[in-house]
Amino acid sequence: MGKRVALTGNEATALAMRQINPDVVAAYPITPQTDIVQYFSQFVADGQVKTEFVTVESEHSAMSATVGAAAAGARAMTATSSQGLALMWEVVYIAASLRLPIVMPVVNRALSAPINIHCDHSDTMGARDSGWIQLYSENAQEAYDNLIQAVRIAEHQDVRLPVMVCQDGFITSHGLDSIEILEDAEVQRFIGELKPSYPLLDPEHPVTIGALDLQNWYLEHKRQQAEAMKNALRVIPEVAAEYAKLTGREYGYFEKYRLDDAEIGLVALNSSAGTIKAEIDELRNSGVKVGLLKPRVFRPLPAKELREALLHLKVIGVLDRADSFSAFGGPLFTEIRSALYGAQIPVLDFIYGLGGRDFTMTDAGNIVEKLAKVARDGKVEEPITYYGVRE
Amino acid sequence: MPTLKEISGRPEILAPGHRMCAGCGAPVVVRQIMKALREDEHVVVGNATGCLEVSTTIYPFTSWRCSWIHNAFENAAATLSGVEAAYRSLKRQGKVKAEFKFIAFGGDGGTYDIGLQSLSGAMERGHKMVYVCYDNGAYMNTGIQRSSATPLGADTTTSPVGKVIPGKTRPRKDLTEIMAAHNIPYVAQVAPSHWNDLVTKVRKALDADGPAFINALAPCPRGWRYDSADTIEMCRLAVETCFWPLYEVVDGKVKVTVKPREKKPVRAFLEAQGRFKHLFEPQNERIIDEIQAIVDAKWANLLARSEQA
Amino acid sequence: MKSVTKPQAPGWKSIPMGGVITEPGNSEKYETGDWRTMRPVWSAKKCINCLLCWVSCPDAAIVAKDGKIVSFDYKHCKGCGICARECPPKVKAITMVNETEFEEQEG
Repeated sequence: MGKRVALTGNEATALAMRQINPDVVAAYPITPQTDIVQYFSQFVADGQVKTEFVTVESEHSAMSATVGAAAAGARAMTATSSQGLALMWEVVYIAASLRLPIVMPVVNRALSAPINIHCDHSDTMGARDSGWIQLYSENAQEAYDNLIQAVRIAEHQDVRLPVMVCQDGFITSHGLDSIEILEDAEVQRFIGELKPSYPLLDPEHPVTIGALDLQNWYLEHKRQQAEAMKNALRVIPEVAAEYAKLTGREYGYFEKYRLDDAEIGLVALNSSAGTIKAEIDELRNSGVKVGLLKPRVFRPLPAKELREALLHLKVIGVLDRADSFSAFGGPLFTEIRSALYGAQIPVLDFIYGLGGRDFTMTDAGNIVEKLAKVARDGKVEEPITYYGVRE
Repeated sequence: MPTLKEISGRPEILAPGHRMCAGCGAPVVVRQIMKALREDEHVVVGNATGCLEVSTTIYPFTSWRCSWIHNAFENAAATLSGVEAAYRSLKRQGKVKAEFKFIAFGGDGGTYDIGLQSLSGAMERGHKMVYVCYDNGAYMNTGIQRSSATPLGADTTTSPVGKVIPGKTRPRKDLTEIMAAHNIPYVAQVAPSHWNDLVTKVRKALDADGPAFINALAPCPRGWRYDSADTIEMCRLAVETCFWPLYEVVDGKVKVTVKPREKKPVRAFLEAQGRFKHLFEPQNERIIDEIQAIVDAKWANLLARSEQA
Repeated sequence: MKSVTKPQAPGWKSIPMGGVITEPGNSEKYETGDWRTMRPVWSAKKCINCLLCWVSCPDAAIVAKDGKIVSFDYKHCKGCGICARECPPKVKAITMVNETEFEEQEG
């Protein structure tokens, strides 16, 4: 069993990276991810890792070099936030389509414009259809645990897809947390050796990677990619089960908090889930039957399991820390509603916390109150609202 | 100095069956460059999006007999820098035993323009790789749009000759000098008309202790508008007029490697190509003078620096 | 010369993932010789084996062995004419001939 230490989300992430000890890290600093790159640089400078650290000149090059390293046959990582992820965009898709098992911590931050350095999920939500697996983390412990599991998920022969491990900028990345960590050797044993699929550096078997794929073949390659994402739905719980044996910490597709006997359900990602849990405890004391579903695995979307977990509720409030500007709700909302297709449960979307706007227990309570009213009256006046906005 | 007999015995890394246009200069450049490799050296090629990339790897076919990766348009240097970093890491750990060299190919669009940042970063970081720009002076893959490598006055589809504008209004960017300013161990300009000069330089680039940059002239029959048989002749004219001087910069020292016996007027290079045809109309002749002045100034500068060295 | 090797078209389950090509240099199976309108006709008798044609060919379609030209690969030669142009004027061992003449001959 591991030991307990006080670390910020970024420290926990950098520590996990040191313990993973990748062959190559190519990264570029950006607020609020910067600490990760700095801590890791120090590990390299102190000879604590075997990693070739490539201090690239941009995030576009960070992802490009990471793709090159992974294609070469190396275990390769990078890390980013917000605009950095946006600049990587083109290559983010390529990494997934080339089926490279890259692992990337993303410290969630709002996208420009106007420029804002604080937390929301517009960066990774924008990348939700890029072909990456996405794991979301409530706190430093989960950021640490998810990162270690991500290596196994990405590198599984039936998956071979890159994984983003998301945590909230500043709230989690810079907040000090008490977490339990593994020994270096335990991490190494858990992740094992990478067996690259078609390494460029195999002198006996030269390969062509990234060919021009025309009308006759492109569809088949995309179909393979879709299958890998389906396979990930199987592999993620397998990896979690092994991790639970090692650590005692259980991870599913999502966490249910006092949900099974609830009438009012909330769905929220990352750090807000912690706030909501605290409020749920208060509300439960006064008899309000409320619970939470906190998705951990957003890509692939465990639609069937989400449906089963939510189907008994009288009303559902989805909290979206990003808008998709579709005029049809935020990204989490549309997925949850889609998973619940045909069910006669009112689902409301609360777009909240954009650009780091604080989200407190009082806010969670206010939302539950609105949901309780819908449950009572059976009427939804406005399904999509911007919570906390000044009119 | 290698002989043709010697290099003709070396492996042909770029297989036939690629779909570059008949007479294209780029595959000639690639063939000659790969002939600088020794038999015991493996190579990974990184390729920017462009004519060479799309035409040599149309799935399920590849013309590459070595490992090859294409990522996107602007990131060949960054991508290959990742491959090279992986090599150093895995070599150090004993997981890769073979000797590898790393060569990137990008066209002028992918190098002078959209890939310049990625290239600059990779060179500054000191990755041991040879970046080769095959310069055909425009975005040929998408249909002859001007790039920053397009010469002054050239007629392209985005710098067309019109009633008021006579082709490209700006002189070309001097990328070779920009790369030399990175103070990397080896920078050179080559042309496939001078295969011996080319192979010798590429060998030096491969042996350099750090990054190397090679700018290779690669005429395009379609874009330059000349008969496909004249590709090597275009290179000769470019060298003999000093439009494309053959020189190297070794650890900062300039050396002109081929001095034309008689420096021809740049007209000889221009008049052989349809893209400059309009320059020979009386109202545009001043542009030829401007091009001549640019060529002369660059040549004088190179000779002066070459002699000082 | 008319036939182009058409690949079998397997389904998504039986091709390598990510569009990787595992057969180096297999473009050799793809014949570009039918692009040609002019054919380089080489005279072994006149040839001095300077290899200037060989080093200037975009398609590696001139076959050299032990430092000597042995044949032209008409399956891949696109007929650009560089070889004939680069053959030294005093040697002129390569002549470009219109393909129609061969079509008539070859029926």
